[in-house]
Amino acid sequence: MPVDILMPALSPTMEKGNLAKWLKKEGDPVKSGDVIAEIETDKATMEVEAIDEGILAKIVVPEGTADVPVNELIAIIASEGEDPKSAASASRKTEAAAPAAPAAEPAAEAPAAGHETVPAAPKASASSYDASGEVPAGTETVKMTVREALRDAMAEEMRRDENVFVMGEEVAEYQGAYKITQGLLQEFGARRVVDTPITEHGFAGIGVGAAFTGLRPIVEFMTFNFAMQAMDQLINSAAKTLYMSGGQLGAPIVFRGPNGAAARVAAQHSQCFAAWYSQVPGLKVVMPYSAADAKGLLKAAIRDPNPVIFLENEILYGHTFEVPKLDDFVLPIGKARVARPGKDVTIVSFGIGMSYAEKAAEELSKEGIEAELIDLRTIRPMDIATVVESVKKTNRCVAVEEGWPQSGVTSEIGMRIMEEAFDYLDAPVIRVTGKDVPMPYAANLEKLALPNVGEVVQAAKAVLYR
Amino acid sequence: MSVAAVNGAKPVSAAKAKSSKAASTKSGKAPAAAAFGKDEELSAYKQMLLIRRFEEKAGQLYGMGLIGGFCHLYIGQEAVVIGMQMAAQEGDQVITGYRDHGHMLATGMEARGVMAELTGRKSGYSAGKGGSMHMFSKEKNFYGGHGIVGGQVSLGTGLAFANKYRGNGAVCLTYFGDGAANQGQVYESFNMAELWKLPIVYVIENNRYAMGTSVVRSSAQTDFSRRGASFNIPGEQVDGMDVRAVKAAAERAIGLTRAGKGPYILEMQTYRYRGHSMSDPAKYRAKDEVDKMRTDHDPIEQVRQRLIEKKWANEDDLKKIDVEIRAVVNDAAEFATHDPEPDPSELYTDILL
Repeated sequence: MPVDILMPALSPTMEKGNLAKWLKKEGDPVKSGDVIAEIETDKATMEVEAIDEGILAKIVVPEGTADVPVNELIAIIASEGEDPKSAASASRKTEAAAPAAPAAEPAAEAPAAGHETVPAAPKASASSYDASGEVPAGTETVKMTVREALRDAMAEEMRRDENVFVMGEEVAEYQGAYKITQGLLQEFGARRVVDTPITEHGFAGIGVGAAFTGLRPIVEFMTFNFAMQAMDQLINSAAKTLYMSGGQLGAPIVFRGPNGAAARVAAQHSQCFAAWYSQVPGLKVVMPYSAADAKGLLKAAIRDPNPVIFLENEILYGHTFEVPKLDDFVLPIGKARVARPGKDVTIVSFGIGMSYAEKAAEELSKEGIEAELIDLRTIRPMDIATVVESVKKTNRCVAVEEGWPQSGVTSEIGMRIMEEAFDYLDAPVIRVTGKDVPMPYAANLEKLALPNVGEVVQAAKAVLYR
Repeated sequence: MSVAAVNGAKPVSAAKAKSSKAASTKSGKAPAAAAFGKDEELSAYKQMLLIRRFEEKAGQLYGMGLIGGFCHLYIGQEAVVIGMQMAAQEGDQVITGYRDHGHMLATGMEARGVMAELTGRKSGYSAGKGGSMHMFSKEKNFYGGHGIVGGQVSLGTGLAFANKYRGNGAVCLTYFGDGAANQGQVYESFNMAELWKLPIVYVIENNRYAMGTSVVRSSAQTDFSRRGASFNIPGEQVDGMDVRAVKAAAERAIGLTRAGKGPYILEMQTYRYRGHSMSDPAKYRAKDEVDKMRTDHDPIEQVRQRLIEKKWANEDDLKKIDVEIRAVVNDAAEFATHDPEPDPSELYTDILL
């Protein structure tokens, strides 16, 4: 059968090109790999190689022809043993030149270009979440720091599943730079508690590779500031591989460590990454405030089959909370918690932002304003239904975070409320955020750069028009 | 004959000569390859030819607009992955960068599924969501298919970490190019692989050009077998155009690392005939250089000549093989151009489990 040579596309965007030169003439034998012609575009000159053997039976488009459309028949090759003359007339051009139409949509129903019908995104649960059932009534609690809660969560999961291991800088012999992994080396040994060199990009990639095989690494970043070195592996490998592999291969991995401002460590060590990671499909992003949530959510993160970014906070590590005394306390990822019920205004926050929100709620209460406090706990997927439910009741909302204002998590909260509860609002949503500056070192400036309780109180009064 | 010498690349040869003297590590030049028996020659021939014909077809479909985006062809480098796979065992993993079609065929992935992924159709290995640079087969232990230069090196080291953690005896073959060899995470990975004695062979496919930048213009140390020297990782330079040399080196490297000796580096001196990607006219190198490689060092032609010389096959036998392989490739192309595109509902699947 004769072989049609079509005008090739040399790049994804090429639509036409010039046929600069024929390097073979009619009647010449050609074999696979022979350069037969040169094509020019505005960007480059390229060679056209034959991919079949035979005789160049006919040149259809002569050299020097400009603006030859991609896929136009330019020559015909007679296969071995064929008569070039009859081959030249027996071209299959019409068949070959029409690339198989994508069969998924029948042509009759195909919408005009630029007007494709996009399937709706799957809806997250529309119903609000009631966290009051998370701990059975009458459960004993123990006082515990966030630090201890995180350690216990890892230890429990490592006892439960041999595939769980922890790796990072100073996690083993040093017992953790912030002592989160204290005692783990002694209990689980160096095989499962792995000290790494100071090479975030490398060990993040190693963690993801190990997770591809079904191991469940907990990768500790000494702080999330250093995870920027590893960002490529977190986003391009951990988050995207499940999708790129058509669901074959995912990364059940937890990246955890302190995030956000600590104290007096200045710009490079004081940054909240919640908004950054929360933008990426394929990741879950958890940012607990209390010790109980830290424990229950870290256990859930370790069991989750997806990559989870688990954002802790250095200042909160030493804070003490009541933690339920349960054998296996696991909380759902993606569910907010009403931390304090109220009727007048909704204050939404997460992580250390909750500490400002809690104090503000207390102050507001003294003035007769009952704020409903919502701790998001998970940033992605975001439980906006629980926020909306509260806003329907209070008709007013303040969103609080330590991170920067532009494209922040609170910007997202404000937008989602506008999309889903606009008609319930009696005032625009107000944000209280970290200031739009790199974190300064000086004690007074640092204080100014962070949100404060007074700003939250003021914002709540503003949405109440008081 | 050494591949490097063909290019008249004196600096490379000189660096090599110096390096083998200075090599206080175990780095050095590979010993001569053992001859193949008839079955090995025929098997290597068929497998390399499948990659060659597949890639030619992919280039053609790209030219017809049926394959989109970036498409990096492996033509010229076939002996590397085939020689390596001839020394690998069941359960060993393979991971590579974006010039990955050959690796997929070499691990036994179906031509139809690979081609259908290239055309972005539903029966592609990634259901049409990955494309040329992002394909995987858990069943064949092929872990991608990665589009970020060097990213697969840390990931492959992680696969090897998992092998050691489980004590399963498997080895990870981690491929990357001379361009990726300059990425920082490669050295972070080398350090940890040697520190923890991970079962991994780093296969550096030195095709002499990082996109359009030749190794002498991009690399202070052009002897890539020595790139692990400061981590005490042994390495050797291998004639990557000779499948026998590749297999012999692979056996040494895989054997040592499987025995717990830690990582091993193989610099495969090879050559890509085509541009970096389909849209690269490759004007940064002389036409003579390409022609000389094709005429004098083609990995498939070398095997073909030996088959004829030893009378293990005649022209008719080889013609028959070619026809069979063309049939496989044509079938794959036919399948890949008629398979439906993924259903629109697939847009939102496989994001989270």
